[in-house]
Order: sequence, then structure tokens, then C-alpha cells
Amino acid sequence: MLLIYCPYCEEERSELEFRHGGDAHVARPTNMADISDEEFQEFFFLRDNPKGLIFERWRHIHGCGRFFNAARDTVSDKFYRSYKAGEPKPDIPGVTTATEKTVETYEATEGTAK
Amino acid sequence: MADQALRKAPLAGRHGGSSGARVTPAGPATRLALRAGSDAIGTLSLAFGLELPQRPKTSASVTGRHALWLGPDEWLLIDENGADLLGIASGVSALHSATDVSHRNTTILVSGPDAAAAIAAACPLDLGTSVFPVGAAARTVLGKIEIVLLRTGKEDYRVECWRSFSPYAFGMLVEGAEDAGL
Repeated sequence: MLLIYCPYCEEERSELEFRHGGDAHVARPTNMADISDEEFQEFFFLRDNPKGLIFERWRHIHGCGRFFNAARDTVSDKFYRSYKAGEPKPDIPGVTTATEKTVETYEATEGTAK
Repeated sequence: MADQALRKAPLAGRHGGSSGARVTPAGPATRLALRAGSDAIGTLSLAFGLELPQRPKTSASVTGRHALWLGPDEWLLIDENGADLLGIASGVSALHSATDVSHRNTTILVSGPDAAAAIAAACPLDLGTSVFPVGAAARTVLGKIEIVLLRTGKEDYRVECWRSFSPYAFGMLVEGAEDAGL
């Protein structure tokens, strides 16, 4: 069982008490009525799905009920650290974000299937 | 034909457990789901006659009235003597939100030397004395349902659950108590 540190309860609690809340640090445009459909699509639907480090929202729904952010590895499921909502994206020492070169993309492994 | 509705306690008449952990339904109580910002805590504490806890997993108890920390601005108030908690809250002018949940919840008491083991059968929370001492309280899960757990004594726990889930919670705790006694 995964233990997840809740920054509001200030301790590690079982994963059963938590619910995933999607990508963190997605800023809502302040001029929502003015942006184009493409820009709205980018903000609303498109996510990176990186291999490795990801910053996500989590909710301690069966505990304190609060949303917080966490840095997690999508391969190993290791939680590097979690921090309160509203705090800036932290640096995770020794961990770099995935790039196109380090990720096995569909095009690289399967070809263009022509 | 019955011409009046009778209010029945959700777990009336049930009993169970083992020689190590007794599982019994608690008597009725009034309960309040309270939300308030930090500026209203002082006024509300004064009105309810106990200090609303502000640290995670803590509670305050005064003569049958308990205030349980659930979140940074959220408390569950329980009065075993049936005091009108909502009436008290409505007299407080400081900004807060109070909802009477007396009949939404029901309580199961688990006590005895195996009480912690009986609860731990379905609850992932660490119930060790150093991290969950007497007076500690937390919202957590029991099997498939959400509960609020309060440690009232060294071997005594109060399990708050929604009334419609209470047969499940009771059955789960009785199973846990029997398993703990093996």
C-alpha cells in the first residue's frame, strides 16, 4: 500500500484516503472569453502525460478533505514530496523532467505504420 | 394501521464482539458539522464551551461534548447529552457554517484490549499509542466506507459512520473483533 504525505495532516496516510485530481499548476486564463478555441483546447484538454516526474493535484478526500499538490514518478509511483496548494512548483534534487528524447514515443517504437 | 412514524435507532438491539473487544451501538447524540475560518474560532470556542482544536488529529472533550478536528477549517461536534448544538451555533455572529448531522451519523463503541486490532482489521490508520493517543481523532476509512474515529480511552474507541452504512460498519467491526480474538 502506498503511503502519501498530506501537508495539512502533516503525516503519511494510506492511499485509500486519497483521490487523484489531475495535473497541477494549470493556470486558468484570466481572459477566458477572449481566447480562441485552440487556446481553450490547450488549457482545458491537452496534458503532457510525461514518463517520470509529474506534478499532480491530490485530494485527501477521506481525511482532511483538502486538495494539495504532489511530485510523483509515473514509472515507479514514488512520491518525491507533497506540498500545500498554492505553493510554487518545488525543485526535486536529482530528478529531471522527461524530454522527448528520453521518452519512448509511439513514433519511435512503432514507426509511422505506413 | 399505524398512524404515526416511529424513529428507530439504526443499530437498535445489536451486540457483538469477542472476549477481547466489545462492539456496541452508542446512544443517540447531537452532532454538528462545523466550518469556520481562523478568525471565528475564538468566538465559536467560547459559545460551545470548549477550545476548538487546531492541530491535525486532535480533539477536545468537556463533559460528553466533543470537538473533533477534521480539516484545517472543519470540525465535527458531538454532544452525548443531546444539547442543541445548532441552537448554540445560530447564536454566534462570527462567520461560520453549521449543519446539524445528528441523524446522519450513528456511533459504534469498540472497547477492550483488542479494540485497536478489531478496528485495524479494516482501517489503514496507525492506531499506535504514540501516533494516535487518547483524545486523537481522524476521518479515515473502514473497509469500503468513510468513518470518523475518536480514541476516548486507552482501550476505547468511538466509530462515527453514516447511519445507512452502519450495518456494514457494525458487521465489519464484529468480524474484526472475532478475528482479533483468535
